[in-house]
Amino acid sequence: MTDEIDTMSASAANTADLTVKSGRPAAQGLYDPANEHDSCGVGFIANIKNTASHEVVEKGLQMLVNLTHRGAVGADPLMGDGAGLLAQIPHKFFKKVTDFDLPGPGEYAVAVLFYPNDKALRDKCNAIFKTGLESEGLTLIGERVVPFDNSCLSEGVIATQPIIEQAFIRMPSGLDIDSFERKLLIARKVVSNAIYNDHPEAQGDNGFYIVSMSARTLVYKGMFLAYQLGGFYTDLSDPDFESAVALVHQRFSTNTFPSWKLAHPYRMTAHNGEINTIRGNFNWMAARQASVASRHYGEDISKLWPISYEGQSDTACFDNAVEFLARGGYALPHAAMMLIPEAWANNPLMDDERKAFYEYHAALMEPWDGPASMSMTDGRYVVATLDRNGLRPARYVVTKAGHVVLASEAGTLDIPEEDIIEKWRLQPGKMLVIDMEEGRVISDAEIKKTLSSRHPYAQWLARTQIVLEDLPPVKSEPPQTSESLLDRMQAFGYTNEDIKFLMTPMATTGQEGVGSMGADTPISVLSDKPKLLYTYFKQNFAQVTNPPIDPIREESVMSLVSFIGPRPNIFDLQGLSSVKRLEVRQPILTNEDLEKIRMIGDQADNQFRTETLDITYLAERGASGMDEALEALCARAELAVNDGFNIIILSDRMISADRVAIPAVLATAAVHHHLIRKGLRTSTGLVVETGEPHEIHHFAVLAGYGAEAINPYLAFETLVALHAEGEFPPEVDEHEVVYRYIKAIGKGLLKIMSKMGISTYQSYCGAQIFDAIGLDSEFVARYFFGTGTTIEGVGLNEVAEETVRRHAAAFGADAVLKKSLDVGGEYAFRFRGEAHAWSPTSVANLQHAVRSKDMDAAGAQARYDAFAEEINSASEKALTIRSLFDIKPLSSGPVPIEEVESAADIVKRFSTGAMSYGSISREAHTTLAKAMNRVGGKSNTGEGGEEPDRFRPLANGDRNPMRSAIKQVASGRFGVTTEYLVNADMIQIKMAQGAKPGEGGQLPGHKVNPVIAKVRHSTPGVGLISPPPHHDIYSIEDLAQLIYDLKNVNPEADISVKLVSEIGVGTVAAGVTKARADHITISGYDGGTGASPLTSIKHAGSPWEIGIAETHQTLVLNRLRSRVKLQVDGGIRTGRDVLIGAMLGADEFGFATGPLIAAGCVMMRKCHLNTCPVGIATQDPVLRKRFKGTPEHVINYLFYIAEEVRKYLAEIGVRSLTEVIGRTDLLEQHRLVDHWKSKGLDFSRLFYKPESIGGDTPYQSEVQSHDIEDILDRKLIAEAMPALSGGKPVVIDTTISNVNRTAGAMLSGELAKRYGLEGLPDDTISVNLTGTAGQSFGAFLAKGISFDLVGEANDYVGKGISGGRIVVRPSPKSSIVPEKSIIVGNTVLYGAISGECYFRGVAGERFAVRNSGALAVVEGTGDHGCEYMTGGVVVVIGQTGRNFAAGMSGGIAYVLDEDGSFRERCNLAMVDLEPVQEEEALMRKIHHSGGDLEWHGRVDITGDMTKHDDERLHQLISNHLHYTGSTRAKQILDHWADYRPKFVKVMPVEYARAIREMQEMREAAQVPAE
Amino acid sequence: MGKVTGFLETDRHDRTYEPASDRVRNFQEFVIPLAEREVVSQASRCMDCGIPYCHSGCPVNNQIPDWNDLVYHEDWEEAARNLHSTNNFPEFTGRVCPAPCEEACTLNIEDIPVTIKTIECAIVDRAFEEGWVKPEPAAEKTGKTIGVVGSGPAGLAAAQQLARAGHEVHVYEKSANPGGLLRYGIPNFKLDKSLVARRVAQMEAEGVTFHCGVTVGKDVSTAELEAKHDALLLTGGAEKPRDLPVPGRELDGIHYAMDFLTQQNRRLEQASLVGERLIHANFKNVVVIGGGDTGSDCIGTSIRQGALSVTQLEIMGKPPEKANKAVTWPEWPRKLRISSSMQEGAETLYSVATQSFEGENGAVRRLNCVKVDDKFQPIPGSEFVLEADLVLLAMGFVSPVHEGMLDELGLDRDQRGNVTANMKDYRTSKQGVYAAGDMRRGQSLVVWAIREGRQAARAIDLDLMGETTLPR
Repeated sequence: MTDEIDTMSASAANTADLTVKSGRPAAQGLYDPANEHDSCGVGFIANIKNTASHEVVEKGLQMLVNLTHRGAVGADPLMGDGAGLLAQIPHKFFKKVTDFDLPGPGEYAVAVLFYPNDKALRDKCNAIFKTGLESEGLTLIGERVVPFDNSCLSEGVIATQPIIEQAFIRMPSGLDIDSFERKLLIARKVVSNAIYNDHPEAQGDNGFYIVSMSARTLVYKGMFLAYQLGGFYTDLSDPDFESAVALVHQRFSTNTFPSWKLAHPYRMTAHNGEINTIRGNFNWMAARQASVASRHYGEDISKLWPISYEGQSDTACFDNAVEFLARGGYALPHAAMMLIPEAWANNPLMDDERKAFYEYHAALMEPWDGPASMSMTDGRYVVATLDRNGLRPARYVVTKAGHVVLASEAGTLDIPEEDIIEKWRLQPGKMLVIDMEEGRVISDAEIKKTLSSRHPYAQWLARTQIVLEDLPPVKSEPPQTSESLLDRMQAFGYTNEDIKFLMTPMATTGQEGVGSMGADTPISVLSDKPKLLYTYFKQNFAQVTNPPIDPIREESVMSLVSFIGPRPNIFDLQGLSSVKRLEVRQPILTNEDLEKIRMIGDQADNQFRTETLDITYLAERGASGMDEALEALCARAELAVNDGFNIIILSDRMISADRVAIPAVLATAAVHHHLIRKGLRTSTGLVVETGEPHEIHHFAVLAGYGAEAINPYLAFETLVALHAEGEFPPEVDEHEVVYRYIKAIGKGLLKIMSKMGISTYQSYCGAQIFDAIGLDSEFVARYFFGTGTTIEGVGLNEVAEETVRRHAAAFGADAVLKKSLDVGGEYAFRFRGEAHAWSPTSVANLQHAVRSKDMDAAGAQARYDAFAEEINSASEKALTIRSLFDIKPLSSGPVPIEEVESAADIVKRFSTGAMSYGSISREAHTTLAKAMNRVGGKSNTGEGGEEPDRFRPLANGDRNPMRSAIKQVASGRFGVTTEYLVNADMIQIKMAQGAKPGEGGQLPGHKVNPVIAKVRHSTPGVGLISPPPHHDIYSIEDLAQLIYDLKNVNPEADISVKLVSEIGVGTVAAGVTKARADHITISGYDGGTGASPLTSIKHAGSPWEIGIAETHQTLVLNRLRSRVKLQVDGGIRTGRDVLIGAMLGADEFGFATGPLIAAGCVMMRKCHLNTCPVGIATQDPVLRKRFKGTPEHVINYLFYIAEEVRKYLAEIGVRSLTEVIGRTDLLEQHRLVDHWKSKGLDFSRLFYKPESIGGDTPYQSEVQSHDIEDILDRKLIAEAMPALSGGKPVVIDTTISNVNRTAGAMLSGELAKRYGLEGLPDDTISVNLTGTAGQSFGAFLAKGISFDLVGEANDYVGKGISGGRIVVRPSPKSSIVPEKSIIVGNTVLYGAISGECYFRGVAGERFAVRNSGALAVVEGTGDHGCEYMTGGVVVVIGQTGRNFAAGMSGGIAYVLDEDGSFRERCNLAMVDLEPVQEEEALMRKIHHSGGDLEWHGRVDITGDMTKHDDERLHQLISNHLHYTGSTRAKQILDHWADYRPKFVKVMPVEYARAIREMQEMREAAQVPAE
Repeated sequence: MGKVTGFLETDRHDRTYEPASDRVRNFQEFVIPLAEREVVSQASRCMDCGIPYCHSGCPVNNQIPDWNDLVYHEDWEEAARNLHSTNNFPEFTGRVCPAPCEEACTLNIEDIPVTIKTIECAIVDRAFEEGWVKPEPAAEKTGKTIGVVGSGPAGLAAAQQLARAGHEVHVYEKSANPGGLLRYGIPNFKLDKSLVARRVAQMEAEGVTFHCGVTVGKDVSTAELEAKHDALLLTGGAEKPRDLPVPGRELDGIHYAMDFLTQQNRRLEQASLVGERLIHANFKNVVVIGGGDTGSDCIGTSIRQGALSVTQLEIMGKPPEKANKAVTWPEWPRKLRISSSMQEGAETLYSVATQSFEGENGAVRRLNCVKVDDKFQPIPGSEFVLEADLVLLAMGFVSPVHEGMLDELGLDRDQRGNVTANMKDYRTSKQGVYAAGDMRRGQSLVVWAIREGRQAARAIDLDLMGETTLPR
């Protein structure tokens, strides 16, 4: 163990204790095992009639093997991330293999145990196990060593293999099986607690662990690749090993460290996905202890604490909760509904009974939120459920033989089509239940109906629920003060900018203001100014391992409902309690609302008693008085709860010249954690009445640390005062100002929650979704326990000092503050405000340097040096963490600079940042591209595509100088054509952007001019929305799939994944490396942006120093570093920045703002307004003329940087940059840190240098293996050669299975390379396939290729399709009803450019999401159909799911609405619903052609989109019939006159306007001039 | 925020002058203020830059975008408050500042900067008109006393700041009235002296005591002042003019510009000039040597006094008409600047050196001049002669006057003869003695003097009190 342990945060330290002696390394440097994620393939096969057979087990194992591609291998190719199987207890088998007498089936339990390898320790554990059982009155029948064959495992895995035993426990007489199971749970906890308490060394990953212990089920699992599970456990291949259910799981973990116990399934659960709210859920489960009483558990309940151990995985905690509920009397499906409720709050389609069920349970249990495909079984029920947003796939079939097979994808078992009677998928929030005792499948509707009608939940609610907003107003008024508004605003840190940029826009428009160009201010710990404590907390956001949500377009899943006050007893199964629950519809309270709460005890018939606690203290006690004040506050809170007060209001209303307010978030978190520690937290509500919070981030931090509701009285008072001064437009009255402000906070909170993929305030509350940047770990451990902090920093003394200084200035004699607020200077440069890296002098020096290099080299160099000095040096002002680093030369002394590698070589490691054409002008965009191409670096297209004239080779065959080497693929997929991708050297998947991680971009309609619209394949004048997530990446294995897709299209290009620095990014990067990325970019929070909400610019993400260091360290520890190029970007400005980046682990370096400034940007920060006065961030032709940048300016800048790097290298004593990559030993902390705040910083974790192992190098030195050598497309390409080389038509016949992924992409890449986007004539390459296609079938299919699949397909069919045709139809042998069966999976036609698709059957969620131009016919869709669609035509001749057309700004959809209910399922925010008008011309045509209208070519369909609906629709359905033989299509066509009126046309409003205008222009142009 | 597209919709439009033929008839200010509506619309052109270069181009760091926005929203009172929070005397800078802010304005990249100086002047003039500018005496006195030597812009700014911080401030001025160059150096037609008096009155109401006609080091010893005050701030300016020691320099009719300008200002305030040698341009051919602002002031004054002709000589070459923005913006560029005085009928000759003066009866009559190259070397054969009855030397100032006070104090001086002190603490080599303004930095702009005065005041307050709330 190294010294680094001492510097870890408290939570990490705890975790470290748990992982000592395990396979996973303990926390070291910035690596912390607590950050690890996993995700995976999951599935089960169950016999509905509960008939056990060995076949079920065998098939389970086979499924697992066919899910292999969803797992991952790490540095060791034989080392998997874990796999396992949960089955029923195979009595017949055990009878055979045990040498003791077993009672009858169901009369004994089996414990599966992992024992440590150490014999002495094992014996001790075994002894405790036995006494534990005894003490709980259980008798051991016998023990069995589980046989194994580890010949298939690598030595590394074998080294960590535990001793695996089984213990057989007799069911005591007189107990029923449920009571026995409960007893077993208690005994298990008693044993585990005893062992972990007495022998902490047994608590590691490979210490003592009870894998399962049940009378019904058992688990076999370990550190395996999928195929190794069956080989290792020889038990599983015994024909007598029989079960009616096999639940299997294959894990894809971000780490590569063997841990046997982390494999799934857990005792009941296997999970694909991630619980985002785990910290909050964990805390609330712990806090619940005091308020739980159970008839079933009785006194024994205390033996169950803690429900979960600190440091477990999210799934393990979830499993603990499921067990706790299920053994406590809830049926398994009931427990599942409580933990993962569907979106009920704003759902008009849900019946009242079910709503009441959910609403009632909402107060009992906060949702476990995040993407989840959860499969569970207790041996009787098999339950599969999906999160409310349907973010993981789950497909199932029911066979004639009575089996249900469910898995993350279709086709995992080869079941003859004729044996299948049902093919469906799990839908968002829905559940599939198999009751094996009753022997039947219970549908979602039935189980929920049964459960929700079992008790009169609506009555229980009516009896116990109080909705705050519905209570009558009370007379009381908040306490008044004589202090001036201005002084109080100053004391709470309000600035002019807060008013101007944040509060006024919020109160005027109901939403947050937008800014641009990112943050270049120092983090709070480095700032000279007193900062609010909130600013030390950076919002976490989802990247890769879970998706952010779009809180606007997918509002239906979001909820701000909050409960205030004590939590009811979770085990009150009979609704006996008369305890009232107080609900607020959203957590921001008006003054009137707060008074209602203060006075609530006076209202009849409730048990509430509210106590207001003052959080101010005497100013004369100064900063040092805060500690005592906090202690006293916590004590008073505890006393209040013990005295029976069950709502506590923390209030700083008493602030005055004489009384300082404790920072509200500190007071809140302190009380919250104090009460958790005392087990009292769920006995009281916590409401905060404070003047401090005024921007959205403040509210989020308060919520994250436990505030159930917040009354920002001073923000209201400020707005009302501004209103009185006439600051608002006339239509906004005083009441409206407050209302809109609250609305804006609500929206902002939803945005912040959704960034992390959290959809309810209830589960966000207390979830602590933040990184602490610059806070001392002791301080964090005391008040913000569980929050990550990496570089130490300020503690309570400094926080108190900041508060006191602010207070003194506010109430003191400061002349500037006498009549006005502090200027701020955060968002725009001000001398009295915050420091900025881009200052008037740094910009001027840089620009003069690059522009005068050719005229006056020496003078120019001096200007550059002055520029670099200002940025690099900490002497005036530390702007960045790195400015506080010192560089230590090697002891061998300097080398002559001539011997150092050339600047020309160094600049090849440079790229410019991703800025889309659209956000910046063509002039600026091409200037960067030309510069980078000239020096051999790389420019980046950004997310808006690239004009083909820039990437097509020149006439003479030379590479186009304007071509961007890096082609970005972002969530909007704008302009991502096959041709675009094949013209790349690197394809970058943008997972997140530094300035706005977790958010999508938006290009307003006025910026979408005809050229940009063409590049983006959209409509001029219509705004474009990029979704927050990539809809084909909800987890790590999805990312692996997209990497695979892109690598297929363009095998020559490196695939890059762009991540943003936050704590845990290193583990994500390790996962990304295992997903076979060639290149990873780590961006700092200070990266630039064209437009982003101000909250995101300031408060999300962390500095790149932390991110790159963590990433590098984690990759080295995982022996993955040499496989991947690491790039760092976001605020890299000088050679020293480059050098530090390299020393912390980067191979390459990205620059964005710097080169823009070299090209003339003056940091106007007006990019979002289109008014850029230097012609960069604008499409205005007048302003674009002002652009004066040249490629030379950019090149000069890059060479200045490279020369600066060389100077440093020579001084250090090395000859190349490679030699310093990862050399953190050459860095040390600047000794002169005597700043009042920053003196507490400690960079030792940043500088931690793990040693490379096993031939791994600390820099990129080898290429990833991509597994694309032997794939179906190679065969297709070979057979299609006549077409590819000569345009000669070919027909290919082949079979396909789910392991054949991304079929068609490589073929399309080959075609696009030769023929571009125009491709070949239709059907030149005609491929007929049979079977179940793997994911991404027909991705990027180019024009001229047609795929006709008989069978079914998985997720992502036709992703990015660029002109091809895809037909998927069921086998004629199948006994399913096609229009009632699923035919293609989720996220079909994502980012489709053009082409046609016909699917005979129903598609999953998000059909045609972000479709730009493809035509598609389908017989039904899941939720969110046509989301973000911008073009093309979709015809749905069946039911759609909810939220159809959300964010749909273009294209047309026609939906057959037979029962007239479509309107309820359609999101009408951006579209109108219209009838499809009859057109006489069509009727005539039908008559003339005898009703046989065939496909006439696309021109007819998309020519004039303003009319011809009838004909278009008829023709597409005719095509559908033609290609798929759909009986449904035939029926419709045969009865056209009856069906046509039942179609609803979904027409985006903006799009309708734009195409009407375009059509008018077109027609006007055709009128001959007179 | 101001008007987002204001700069695209409204053209730059600045104050104009009365016609030269009218204005040269008197010594009154001749700049015609913009109508209020115009000022508002000009303010709307401000783009509220993310980096407002004007804000740092301005030596006192006026928060220009903020008050532009306030003016655009017609909140003049708040604009005046904001302006005064960085600048004690915007009515002076609004008139005489060369406006480096406008050079730094982002719109100046396209040669159409916001009319910042005009807006500044409008704000402060309006503030006085409305009576918003009031004395702001300190609520509490500190009991400390501070002597300020010199009442130019640096001294005044420092004195005002210190008084507002609660100190007892005594200003020692050798002339009859306070104001230094503001009062005596700058011609009245550029800065009406009533404006200076108005400020002085405000300061007196704030508790500043002016001791005029007191030359420190002569009328009162430095030791006495040091003993009397807790701190002494020297803001005596850089009054030693640069001479032109060529043959004939001793002739009558060759004067330092400042002697000439001062006398005119004193004449206007009806001071007694009895016993002084009068310098007047009436009916004379005037040659002004030096192409700077002082030179211009000499031209304007000469013309108003009734000179027959005015010729200005500049040794440097004629600057380019336009600055090369690519390598100058946002900094102060060298470019041709035609002052209002030059427009009033003077001829300016560039690249000219004076080799000797010639005279008759001891009075100067002509200059022997020569054209020079880039390195100021005479170009043979380019000699020429200029007729002159009055020669005004306006070639700048070398340093503060050392004789008297400075020698008495024995302070360290830098190579250029300025008093050594840095821009952080403004401490001289002697404990308790501070220096600011031209005396410390050498000759410079009024706005720089104000900045130094304010900063020095803060430094003194901090030293005396251990903390300070005075803004820099």
